[in-house]
Amino acid sequence: MLEGLKEFASEFFVTGDPLIYGAMVAIGITMITIVAVLTYFKKWGWLWRNWLTTVDHKKIGIMYIIASIIMLFRGGVDALMMRLQLAMPNNEFLNPEHYNQVFTTHGTIMILFMAMPFMFGLFNVIVPLQIGARDVAFPFLNSLSFWLFFLGAMLFNLSFVIGGSPDAGWLSYPPLSELSHSPGVGQNFYIWGIQISGIGSLATGINFLVTIIKMRAPGMRWMKLPMFTWSVFSTCIIILFAFPILTVTLALLFLDRFAGAHFFTLDLGGNPMMYINLIWMWGHPEVYIVVLPAFGVFSEIVSTFSRKKLFGYKSMVFAMLIISFLSFFTWAHHFFTMGSGADVNAFFAVTTMLIAIPTGVKIFNWLFTMYRGRIRMATPMMWTLAFIPCFIVGGMTGVLLSVAPADFQFHNSYFLIAHFHQVLIGGVVFGYFAGLYYWWPKMFGFQLEEKLGKWAFWTWNIGFYVCFMPQYAVGLMGMTRRLSTYGWDTGWWELNFVSTIGAFLMGVGFLFQVAQIADGIRKYKSLKAPADPWDGRTLEWSIPSPAPEYNFAVTPRGDDIDEWWEEKERRAKGIYPPEQPLEPIHMPKNSGIPFIMSVFWFIAGFGFVFGWLWMAILGLAGVGICMIARSFSYDTDYYIPVDEIKRTEASLRGSV
Amino acid sequence: MNKKPRSLIRIIIPVVLTLVTIALIVWPMLAGGQYVVLDPKGPIGASQRDLIVISTILCAVIIVPVLILSAVIVWRYRDKPDNKAAYEPNWSHSTKAEAIWWTVPIIIIGLLAIVTVRYTYDLEPSKPLAHEKAPITIQVSSLDWKWLFMYPEQGIATVNTLNIPADRPVKFELTADSPMNSFWIPQLGGQIYTMSGMAMTLYLQADHEGKYWGSGANFTGEHFGEMRFDVNATSDEDFDKWVAEVKQSSQELTTEGYNALAEPGTSNVAYYSAFPEGLFQNIVTKYVVNGQSAHSKHGTSSEASGAIQNATDTSNQDEDKSAN
Repeated sequence: MLEGLKEFASEFFVTGDPLIYGAMVAIGITMITIVAVLTYFKKWGWLWRNWLTTVDHKKIGIMYIIASIIMLFRGGVDALMMRLQLAMPNNEFLNPEHYNQVFTTHGTIMILFMAMPFMFGLFNVIVPLQIGARDVAFPFLNSLSFWLFFLGAMLFNLSFVIGGSPDAGWLSYPPLSELSHSPGVGQNFYIWGIQISGIGSLATGINFLVTIIKMRAPGMRWMKLPMFTWSVFSTCIIILFAFPILTVTLALLFLDRFAGAHFFTLDLGGNPMMYINLIWMWGHPEVYIVVLPAFGVFSEIVSTFSRKKLFGYKSMVFAMLIISFLSFFTWAHHFFTMGSGADVNAFFAVTTMLIAIPTGVKIFNWLFTMYRGRIRMATPMMWTLAFIPCFIVGGMTGVLLSVAPADFQFHNSYFLIAHFHQVLIGGVVFGYFAGLYYWWPKMFGFQLEEKLGKWAFWTWNIGFYVCFMPQYAVGLMGMTRRLSTYGWDTGWWELNFVSTIGAFLMGVGFLFQVAQIADGIRKYKSLKAPADPWDGRTLEWSIPSPAPEYNFAVTPRGDDIDEWWEEKERRAKGIYPPEQPLEPIHMPKNSGIPFIMSVFWFIAGFGFVFGWLWMAILGLAGVGICMIARSFSYDTDYYIPVDEIKRTEASLRGSV
Repeated sequence: MNKKPRSLIRIIIPVVLTLVTIALIVWPMLAGGQYVVLDPKGPIGASQRDLIVISTILCAVIIVPVLILSAVIVWRYRDKPDNKAAYEPNWSHSTKAEAIWWTVPIIIIGLLAIVTVRYTYDLEPSKPLAHEKAPITIQVSSLDWKWLFMYPEQGIATVNTLNIPADRPVKFELTADSPMNSFWIPQLGGQIYTMSGMAMTLYLQADHEGKYWGSGANFTGEHFGEMRFDVNATSDEDFDKWVAEVKQSSQELTTEGYNALAEPGTSNVAYYSAFPEGLFQNIVTKYVVNGQSAHSKHGTSSEASGAIQNATDTSNQDEDKSAN
């Protein structure tokens, strides 16, 4: 009995690596601390009522962002471990197997569990406020999306202490990801972690598409939409078409592994190339999914901090929509070297470089928004300014990669690694940071002090160039990606060593940010933010910070692109809008079902990971019961009475 | 009080940034690293280097002015009380300006597209190289985790080392008996995937005698990083001498020997005086179901069409019986 238990434990838990034992202890201590703190301060009820069951888009957005920053930490630690391993030749800090797991989880986490939720967090917090809505179109679904993402991410993260991590790369090409080459449970964690959170992502895409189409303030015609909302709209279109491909692809891979199907195997008619095509049909649009909202953020910030209208609004909209269309015609550039012939390569080379045109136009428009403006160097604007040269250079190396015959030399090398980190960090991460700093006062009601933020900014930026510029060089020296070690004879070590220093500088930048936020929380009472701290232009700045749960006491109008800016101008001239009577506000009720249902999904996923069918069926049954329970809940909404709105408004506006 | 350290930081930051940039440019040169991609030793590699240079220049034409412009704009319109530059908060449209910056990238990308398409056809990997000497054929198979090179005309095989005659085109026929890998000899030319169930064609040529190195560029699991090999380009005489030597002093690669070699694991450099008849075709057609390969129509140029057929032709005709 005891022997059996021991054997089970040694298979169930990952053993043999001191790093992982350390992580297990740390996880245990953290969990115990969280439970103890919540119990001691009697916060369980508060946690359940205010957060776990909430359908308030702003709170969901905040949870998304917190989860994403934790994942940034995890993915960042993975990155630092890789850089440590590569700092010196013949290093034995990580063995090849462990290294493969680390880069697989790094990639998966950074794209799917860091960038995506950070983006959804910004969607949630800002889009309804910008379009003058009270909530998203489907608040219950919104909460479900978050919990699906969160528990999917937790399932994936579990893999490194329970069962073992996936190690076939972040896109898990077969046959490496098939049972024949990855017999462990790591790939199952990959499939189910992404599958569960992917359902949430698809739902969020639909939710925001409907929100933007149906819930805009009166007067807000399409060509009056704030630019961030436009970017969300074009992103959601891509999500709508791309994520189903991912779902199907992973489902087929799962059937291969679980049911002995042969969709992507080498034998019995399976075809690994099919998987590679499918995964990139999702994977390349995915890149634009995460970067377009960052473009939206930059557009808002450039305009606000230059105190000037956004230049070339219509061009910007057109550019964004054309990027979302073109994003579906580029996937084959990920395998120019598979010998598909000159016709195919020429087509995908040209469609790929075409994307540089609308992107370049956007850069010009941002520059000419600043031209004849007044540029204030607040933190959000600094991140935006840092993005411009970084993205121009990263974009250029992207164009170089799209030249098919030249790509034969760049492909799979560190040149490629440097390129996509430059566009994803310089574009996406800088963009989301800028957005977080910009909307921080609106989310939390206090402002962050900028001193630590500027330290963070400079260490991040210098660290970035020190880390990734040498990688371009080492790529031209022939170093290939995913190498776990290399010899002294290669001549690569100096550049790798410099690159590692840069990576750690970025880590220091992250610590500065954590310190900045901790410092802000400590002093939040003295840092109270006004409704409109940046002299903003769009509707979210017309309501108190933080926004009340119903957002707008009276529904605003959206007749101009920068409605709030125009309103301020009108008020300065003494023209005030007519006083509107308050009416009771219709709101959705909180619900525990999304959380509980996601927990059942987690249980089902865990069952499938280990092939425990009883557990999977139990989980799926729970999911079904939650759906039925939801279909019988009729009491899902309530009204906020006028008196309460008056009280809330008075207290929020009075204290400003 | 607060003023001094602030201005100090403002001086330190640009100085540090400049030093870092210079260090990054100079360091690799001092460090003895070699930019193999930019130092080609064969016609394919040279064309690809040229293409890299041309496309970089075309891109630089647009990005360098934009970088300068951004710096100028940010400096000129920063929010300073004594800034006398114009401020026009409502200026947000100019058809002329937008026409310019839609047109310029369209022209540049248009030029680049023309160059790219031309080179894409010119450098199609399966296109034979024009040369007075006939190409030598080498069959390459990526295994977990080693490279097997077979010389059908010479009847010998090697593992993790490759000898070729210099100044003569080499026709590589490639496949995989393991997950997809990528065959890359940077100084001779760009890489191509090796894939199971199909045969790819890649023409390369070394102009000079010398020792170059190649590697597997696509991740195939645990020890893929050890799939490096030396490429010895020698004169025709030396090559023939080497072949004779291998024939004499090495063992034969048997079918059992191959099966053992194909097992996952790393391998040292090895030489074989012979290999089983039709081994390459057997690897290619290993996974064929009912005589039909999913990739039987792969490859587009007339040379490459029916790559399997092609691969078949180059060695003796008694192949494929097992598959059919």
